[in-house]
Amino acid sequence: MGAPAATAGSVAGAHGAADARSGVWGWITTTDHKRIGILYGVTAFFFFLLGGLEALLIRLQLARADNTLIGAETFNQLFTMHGTTMVFLAIMPMSAAFFNFIIPLQIGARDVAFPRLNAFSYWVFLLGGLFLNSSFLFGAAPDGGWFGYANLTSIQYSPGMNISFWALGLQILGIASLAAAFNFIATIINMRAPGMKLMRLPVFTWMSFITQLIVVAAFPVITVALVFLMFDRMFGTTFFSVAAGGDVLLWQHLFWLFGHPEVYILILPAMGMVSEVLPTFSRKPLFGYPVIVYSGMLIGVIGWAVWSHHMFATGMGPIADSYFSSVTMLIAIPTGVKIFNWIATMWGGQIRLATPMLFAVAFIILFTIGGISGVMHASPPTDLQQTDTYFVVAHIHYVLFGGAIMGIFSGIYYWWPKVFGRLLDERLGKWHFWLVFIGMNVTFFPMHLIGLLGMPRRVYTYGPELGLEQMNLVSTVGALLLGFSMLIMVYNFWWSSKHGEIAQNNPWGAATLEWAMSSPPPVYNFSVIPEVRSRLPLWTVGGVTEIPDVPPEPVHVPGGSYWPVVAAVGILVFFIGALVQSLWLAVGGVLVLVVSVFKWAFEPFEM
Amino acid sequence: MTTTALAHHTSTGQDTRKIAFWTFIGSECMLFGTLIATYLSYEGKSVTGPTPQEILNIPVTSVSTFVLLMSSLAMVLALTAVVRGDKLQTRLWLTATVGFGTMFLAFQYYEFNSFVAEGLTISTNLFGSTFFVLTGCHGLHVLIGVIWLTTLLILSWRDQLGPEKAMNVEIAGLYWHFVDVVWIVIFTVVYLIQRGPVA
Ligand SMILES: [Cu+2]
Repeated sequence: MGAPAATAGSVAGAHGAADARSGVWGWITTTDHKRIGILYGVTAFFFFLLGGLEALLIRLQLARADNTLIGAETFNQLFTMHGTTMVFLAIMPMSAAFFNFIIPLQIGARDVAFPRLNAFSYWVFLLGGLFLNSSFLFGAAPDGGWFGYANLTSIQYSPGMNISFWALGLQILGIASLAAAFNFIATIINMRAPGMKLMRLPVFTWMSFITQLIVVAAFPVITVALVFLMFDRMFGTTFFSVAAGGDVLLWQHLFWLFGHPEVYILILPAMGMVSEVLPTFSRKPLFGYPVIVYSGMLIGVIGWAVWSHHMFATGMGPIADSYFSSVTMLIAIPTGVKIFNWIATMWGGQIRLATPMLFAVAFIILFTIGGISGVMHASPPTDLQQTDTYFVVAHIHYVLFGGAIMGIFSGIYYWWPKVFGRLLDERLGKWHFWLVFIGMNVTFFPMHLIGLLGMPRRVYTYGPELGLEQMNLVSTVGALLLGFSMLIMVYNFWWSSKHGEIAQNNPWGAATLEWAMSSPPPVYNFSVIPEVRSRLPLWTVGGVTEIPDVPPEPVHVPGGSYWPVVAAVGILVFFIGALVQSLWLAVGGVLVLVVSVFKWAFEPFEM
Repeated sequence: MTTTALAHHTSTGQDTRKIAFWTFIGSECMLFGTLIATYLSYEGKSVTGPTPQEILNIPVTSVSTFVLLMSSLAMVLALTAVVRGDKLQTRLWLTATVGFGTMFLAFQYYEFNSFVAEGLTISTNLFGSTFFVLTGCHGLHVLIGVIWLTTLLILSWRDQLGPEKAMNVEIAGLYWHFVDVVWIVIFTVVYLIQRGPVA
C-alpha cells in the first residue's frame, strides 16, 4: 500500500524489501524485469559456453579412430550433460532473458505481473543449474543420455548418484520454468497498454506467449515421469520395473510427450526473434502477420500429437506408426508456411545485411535444412535406418543450433543496444557470423553422412577400418572453429562496453514499442503508459501516443525483496535432502520454503 | 500481494492473480492427468496382490468423499460471507472447510495405514505404486489447501479479512474446488470403476 507515488525502489516499512538498487545486494533482491533479464542472459550464456566446452571435448575424443583421450564413462557424462545443459540451462533461459527484458517493453507495461515470482524463477533456475553441474565435483555427472531412458536409469543399472542428480536437477528447473510461464501468461494477457490488442502484439511476444502455454502443459508431464523415476530409485516403487509387470516404454511415452513440445519451447522464441529482425532490416512489415501467429498456434497444438515419432524403433505396430508418421509430416506445413512468410517479407524489401539480419537469414536456411531431415525420419522405414545414428545428431543440431541458437544470436545483436545502451561492433559481428555459419556447417553437415554410413551416436570411439575417420576429423575442426567464434563474440561484448557506439532510442529503425524509449530503458520503462493505435506503432504516423523523456509525475517502482531468493534456497535444500536421502535436510528445506512464502505473501510490496 | 493491485488497469478487466491461477490449474490438470493415465494404463497389470478388488473400501471412501464435497459447499458459503463482510459466518464456514478438509486427510491416513497393515505398500506391486503416488499427491494438495485456508481463518480472527480481500478468498476457493473435482475423478476411476486383471 503506502504512498501512491514514490521514488525508485523505495517502499515504506518493507521487511524483505531492499531499498538500494546498487551493489550486489541490489541485484540479489532485484525484482526489476530488466535486471532479471540480464541475470538470465549472463547465467545462460555461461552455461552455453560450458555446454560448448563439453561438446569440444566430445569432438576431440572422436577426432581420431581408437582415441584414448577420454574414457567411456567420462564420455557418457559429457554427452549427457552437453544435451541437458544446452536444452535446459542454455537455450531455454537465453530465451527467458529475452522474455524478461523485451516482453514488458513490447506490450507497454512497467513490469511483469508478479515481479517477485519472476525473481524466484531466476534464482530457482540458477540454483538448479548449479545443483546439476555440482555433480562434476563428485565425479558423478549424469550419464544416461539427455532423455534418460528407463531402465538404464534404474538403481540396478545406475547405482551411483549420477541419475539422481539428473532427475532431481530437472525437477528444480521445471519449477523455475512453470513459475515463469504463469507469470508471463498473466503479463501478456493482462498487462498490455491500452490499444495493444492481441492482434497487435509483436510476433516475438506472440511466439513467447505460445511457448509459455506449452510449458504450462508440458512440464507437469516430465515432472511426473521424474517423480516416478526417483520413487523407483528411492522407495522401490515399480513404475519401470519389468519384473513387477511395469513397462519401460511408459518412460519413453511420458518423456517424449514432454520432449516433442519441448522442441517448440526451444524454437518458437527464436522464430519470434527473427520475425522481429527480418521486417526491421527489410524495411517492410512482416508478410502475413496473422498467418504467422495462427501457424504458431497450430504448431503449439499439433506438437502434442506427434511424440511417438521418437519411438518408431520400439515396434509400436503399423497403426501407431502410420498415425504418428502422418501427423509429423502434417506439422511440417505450418512450419513451412512460416518459412515462406519470412522469405516473402524480404522479397522486394530494402535489405540491410547488418549482423542481426545475417543471423536471421542463416536461421531460415539452416532451420529449413534441419526441418527437411526431420521430415525424412518422420517416415518409419527411413527412421529405422537413421535412429540412434549421427544422422539424428545432425538433424537436432541443424534445428537447435542452426535454428534456436542462430535465432537467439540474431536477437542478441538486435536487442543488445536496447539492453546495454551501446551497439556491438559490426565488423566483429560479421566475423563472428561467418565463422559460426561456416563452423556450424563444417561441424554438423558431415554428421549426416557419418550417420548414413552407420556410425551410432553416443559411442566413445570407433575402429579405423570403418572409414569414418576423415569426416569425423572435419567435424572436429568445425567444432574448434565454432569454439573460436564464440571468443570473438565475447570480445565484442567487452569491446562494446568500452568503445561501442552509444545507442539512440531506435538504432535500427524498428517498428515496435521497445524502441520508443531510451537505450537502456529507464527503471520505470514508460514515463507514461502509452496508448497504442497501430500494430507497427513506430512505423505509423500517430501509431502511439507521445512518451515524454521525463515522467510528468513521479512513477512508482516496486522495491526489491529477498524472500524469492530464500524460497529458492529452501527448494534447493529440499532437493539436496532428497539427493543424499536425508529426511532432516528435506524437511528443513520445506520449512524454509514455507516460511519464505508466508513472509513473501505478507511483506508490503507495491505492484 | 496487496489488494490495491485490484485498482490497477488490466487489459481484460479480470484480476491478474486470477488469470495466473487459472494457468496454474491448467498445469495441475496435466499433472493429475498424467498420474491418472498411468494408473489406468497399469490397472490390472500387477503380477502379485493385493488387488484393488481385495483391498479398496468403497463405503468408507464414499463417506470421506462426501466430507470433501461438504467442504466445498462450506467454501462457497465462506466466500459469500467474506463478500458480505459477515465476520461471524466467514469464521464459521472457513472453520467448517478446514475441519472437513482435515477429516478427509484423517480418512486418508486411516486408509493408508490399513492398506499397509493388509500388505499393500508403495513398493508391493504396480497397483500399490500407482495408487499411493496418485492419491498421495492428491492428499498433499489437500494438506496445502488446509494450511492455506487456516491462514485465511487466522486473518479473519485478526479482522484482516474484509470484503476488500475477497479476491484472496476467491483464489483459495478456486484451488479448493479444483482439488475437490480432482478427487471426484480419482474416486470414480480408482474406486468405482475397477477393472480386473488384463489378460
Ligand atoms: Cu519430436
